Amino acid sequence: MTPLLSVRGLKVSIRTDEGIAQVLDDVGLELERGRILGVVGESGCGKSTLIRAIMGILPRGARVEKGEIWFEGENLLVFSEDELNRDVRSSRIGFIPQDPLLALNPVFKVGAQLLEVMRWHAPDDGARGAERRKRHVGRLVELLRRMQVPDPETALERYPHQFSGGQRQRLLIAAALACGPRLVIADEPTTALDVTTQHQILLLLRELVGEFGISLLFVTHDFGVVAELCDDLCVIYAGQTVEAGAVLPILDAPAHPYTRALLACHPDRATSFAGIPGSVPSPLTPPTGCRFAPRCGDARAVCSAGQPPQGRSGSGAEVRCVQYA
Amino acid sequence: MSAPPILMVREVSVRLGGRRGFLRKTVPPVQAVRKVSLDLREGEILSLVGESGCGKTTLGRTILGLQRESAGEILLDGRPVGGLAPEAARRARKVIQYVHQDAGAALDPWWSIGRTLEEGLKIHGVGDRDERRERVAAMLSAVGLEPAWSRRYPHEFSGGQLRRVALARILLLQPRIVVLDEPTSGLDMSVQATVLNLLLDLRERFSLTYLFISHDLSVVERLSDRVAIMYLGRIVETGPAKAVFAAPTHPYTRALLAAAPRLKGRRVTEHGAVRGDPPSAALVSPGCAFVDRCPIAKAVCSTEIPQLASVAAGHEVACLRASVEQTASMRARRRA
Repeated sequence: MTPLLSVRGLKVSIRTDEGIAQVLDDVGLELERGRILGVVGESGCGKSTLIRAIMGILPRGARVEKGEIWFEGENLLVFSEDELNRDVRSSRIGFIPQDPLLALNPVFKVGAQLLEVMRWHAPDDGARGAERRKRHVGRLVELLRRMQVPDPETALERYPHQFSGGQRQRLLIAAALACGPRLVIADEPTTALDVTTQHQILLLLRELVGEFGISLLFVTHDFGVVAELCDDLCVIYAGQTVEAGAVLPILDAPAHPYTRALLACHPDRATSFAGIPGSVPSPLTPPTGCRFAPRCGDARAVCSAGQPPQGRSGSGAEVRCVQYA
Repeated sequence: MSAPPILMVREVSVRLGGRRGFLRKTVPPVQAVRKVSLDLREGEILSLVGESGCGKTTLGRTILGLQRESAGEILLDGRPVGGLAPEAARRARKVIQYVHQDAGAALDPWWSIGRTLEEGLKIHGVGDRDERRERVAAMLSAVGLEPAWSRRYPHEFSGGQLRRVALARILLLQPRIVVLDEPTSGLDMSVQATVLNLLLDLRERFSLTYLFISHDLSVVERLSDRVAIMYLGRIVETGPAKAVFAAPTHPYTRALLAAAPRLKGRRVTEHGAVRGDPPSAALVSPGCAFVDRCPIAKAVCSTEIPQLASVAAGHEVACLRASVEQTASMRARRRA
């Protein structure tokens, strides 16, 4: 079966005052139906640009230079803005943002905001006008109940500030699911939450994947969250996918030197807190060869000569490193 | 008998708010910290762990003297330094310094970091300009920054570098106790590792004692000698880090450890999930604060406030239901 979402060889550049930044340079990922894919990388690696490219909301000055984004058998990159709005965003691809407070308008009632999304993006079930709205209210209340929002009927009449952080995130998960999407993209949805709340939300997301028949693209920088939630993992460094495959084998035996170095920084693993020497290369002047070569302990002359080939590690993960070619 | 603690906090309570202002809503007072006692021993790292609103930052600020306690005693080297107004308290507690959670926000964006660093020395009476410059340069290289960068402004530094600047600033004042408020929050993992490494290194070099405020249990487990778990203003469990992580005894500690995402490859399960959100500190419960979310609560828990009681050497728990037997059975299960 073809994957639900498949990004291939995506190159995105952004024009800045200082020149053209190659933010994504050959990123690839595959999300199978019914699975949770964790996209992991440090700040500035291009995680957000990748999500924006998939949803077609790249910032001004950004350009897709190359690549394909296949979603349910269609290349999203050939869609027009209107088509994306009408047929893809919110209806077939739901989005859970990082900061639930920023995503909700403080001066409108929660119900009005969520129903607005459904008004434009919910699938047509024949009902019109007041009847359609009534059905939406019913579905929303059901969803909020499933999200364990207390008093779902009255919740619609309340304002965002009347909810706790965890509850606001539940509201936005309901909003993401309201129009029956196939794919849900979550951008670090639990970073702003406390651990016990984060645990509740992760538990909920895991259950929803099976219940609603969705696939989840989960962006995070926390390997602990990946270990507990995700089925597959895609590690991004400086705009390139460096290692991708099933989560547990990669965590057991990370193959790419960057994955190894990053996991060695995790307090659960670290023998000493050495960190990774050097810093992430500027997207304005990326190194010619392997992007990690300047910081890599195993780098050889060939590494800075050209782009490393795609290989396969012992555990079956795809690795972009000469050691596995 | 080990040396007496460098800092002793005795039954300290802190009440926040409760003001009534012109054209402002009356804010009910909040008991942010309730009868907290803790000892800080020379050279150790004591971690204060808890979720937002549990009072860990307020307790840190009270120890520093920025916040006045409403009851209780604070002793530094055995001398009482409590009950003072903030300005007097800061004078009496010069050897305690604080690293702000958001290192960037704590620096003046219009001042070069050299000027910011020098100001601290000026305030503390180092009159000679050349000496100040020399000390700033030495401290910048001690925290792993180029001395020449003293001419730079805060926005020219990365998040990890700003933490180093913040550390340099307080270390210039030669503290003995440093209160670190979430020193690695918001940092990438590889940067976090280098900052933690620096903290351990500086502790050795400058003989520091750390009060480490954090909610990241992975970091706490690796770094601390002892931990104190806070819930709604009270310490519910305290002890050597090894003992608390190996045999968490208070139901809240157990829930917290079960909820923290770890690398061990365990999947998210219902196990250890607690219901609901942490209640507001403004709500006063006559009994145990955790009672509404506790899986093992009995009727007595909602009427009686549990006191810290010893379950093992140095390991104390405030729970009416976590009896010594229970701990023993948990230890046995863990071993099996």
